[in-house]
Amino acid sequence: MNKFKFDWLILPLVGVLIVLSVWHGVAGKKIFVTDAAGAIIEEKRIGLIPDLPNVVETWTSSLPYIKEPFAKRGEMDQGILRFTWYSLVLVAQGYAIALIIGVPLGFFLGLSPTFTKMFDPLIQVLRPVSPLAWLPLGLVLFMRAGPEAGTYAALFTIALCGMWPTVLNTAVGVRAVPQDYLNVGRVLKLSRWKMLTKILIPATLPYMFTGFRLSLGISWLAIVAAEMLTGRPGAGGFLWQEYNALIYEHIIFSILTIGLVGLILDRLMSLVEARFKATS
Amino acid sequence: MSKFLEITQLVKTFPTPKGPLTVVRDFDLGLKKGEFITVIGHSGCGKSTVLSMIAGLSDVTGGVIVLAGKEVTNAGPDRGVVFQAPCLLPWFTAFENVMLGIDQVYYTASKLERTQIAEYYLSLVGLADSMHKRPGELSQGMRQRCGIARAFALSPKMLLLDEPFGMLDSLTKFELQDVLLNLWQRDQKTALMVTHDVDEALYLSDRVVMMTDGPEATVGDILEVKFPRPRTRRQLLEDPEYYRLREYLIHFLNERSHHRPGKNGQPALAHA
Repeated sequence: MNKFKFDWLILPLVGVLIVLSVWHGVAGKKIFVTDAAGAIIEEKRIGLIPDLPNVVETWTSSLPYIKEPFAKRGEMDQGILRFTWYSLVLVAQGYAIALIIGVPLGFFLGLSPTFTKMFDPLIQVLRPVSPLAWLPLGLVLFMRAGPEAGTYAALFTIALCGMWPTVLNTAVGVRAVPQDYLNVGRVLKLSRWKMLTKILIPATLPYMFTGFRLSLGISWLAIVAAEMLTGRPGAGGFLWQEYNALIYEHIIFSILTIGLVGLILDRLMSLVEARFKATS
Repeated sequence: MSKFLEITQLVKTFPTPKGPLTVVRDFDLGLKKGEFITVIGHSGCGKSTVLSMIAGLSDVTGGVIVLAGKEVTNAGPDRGVVFQAPCLLPWFTAFENVMLGIDQVYYTASKLERTQIAEYYLSLVGLADSMHKRPGELSQGMRQRCGIARAFALSPKMLLLDEPFGMLDSLTKFELQDVLLNLWQRDQKTALMVTHDVDEALYLSDRVVMMTDGPEATVGDILEVKFPRPRTRRQLLEDPEYYRLREYLIHFLNERSHHRPGKNGQPALAHA
């Protein structure tokens, strides 16, 4: 029991402390240069990396955004949970598109060797392309969509990048359906539809959920890039805006927020995944 | 005498990297209606391949299989298959597994009637109390009971059993052999079972078909088992004839199965 607590609480905390101290050690610090009379003549930053905000600065500067997480003071000055919410809504939409396209595509790949030979090389080429590269293409595609062009481009990017793990895992899952189960279907002369709904989909679900979890992670990665380039309000848009506004503390704050939200999403999906693996 | 199942000059060839491999060659066998036949042979001799060709799950390379006057070309629910691993779908309960087939075969019956058929067969195999459990919650023996119920519930023309008790411990195996015999006697189904268990073959069947070792496996010998039915294990064990037949089968598996018949002058058919 004690050992358990040590493993999951103490050791991670030690790790965090080490990183925080290194960060604080190399980060800059604000000092005031005074003249002989004690009047401030100059304000400057010193340290190994003078412009990197230190732990205390980051904390004090971020506090208002945490204290009032749902505040809306302006388009780009809102509480952090409100920003996160905007991002999550957009991710949810893009992710839904990714799954709706990805699952059938995965089934086609898994079921048809011809289809695989035709499209697999293309998928392997498109899969490693960064969200940052897709977004400009999305903007061009939806250029004539008016003021919503940025949103469509963002959805396009999220869906396209987030789709691949679902596609590939579904395909692997379909190929891995035990021959025994297919034989049962053949002996019973199940229709194509029944074969799909009663045997193929249930047998593939555990693989599909692994894909869904990985896809969600990538969709969340893509949102930041999409918001940065389109200037939408959200966790990623905030980060880019604060960089331009020279409030570097908020960059670190945004990074931590994005990371934490990503972690929570992944854990939630793991729970769902575990449930499905347990029942099948 | 017309045969219910007639297998003529059956050949099965698999492509391998080293060229085609003939697993089964010149396999001839006829089954009368209502007959219980076991095919016995060493592991890997091709007996399961023969069964899966009859089931229509594996293509026939050469020769013909005729069941009730019709050539077998693909799989269908008119042949109830009991697989070695019970092959229940793990996401369905025992009841749903049986229903999947019943819905296919009795599609004109009402929902109530179909449910009753499933419940009837599940209770015949002793699963009345656990029919709504998933395979994961059932023991190996109970899963295979469900596999048997699934095959019988479709009221197939014949039963094909592929080493159905091979994965069970001997006590469970005895129980399930009795479950199978009961159902078989009730329905008078023609049955073909593949096994490598000599005692099982003698207890269950009317004739035991001995297969030679692969490649190019074929029927080496056929043994008539004339014990009266219904049989009990005890009655068999007290009969000296049982030990004679057992000896005969074991001798075949140990000595004669390594040669194709004819080549070394063995008789093609022994009279037991």
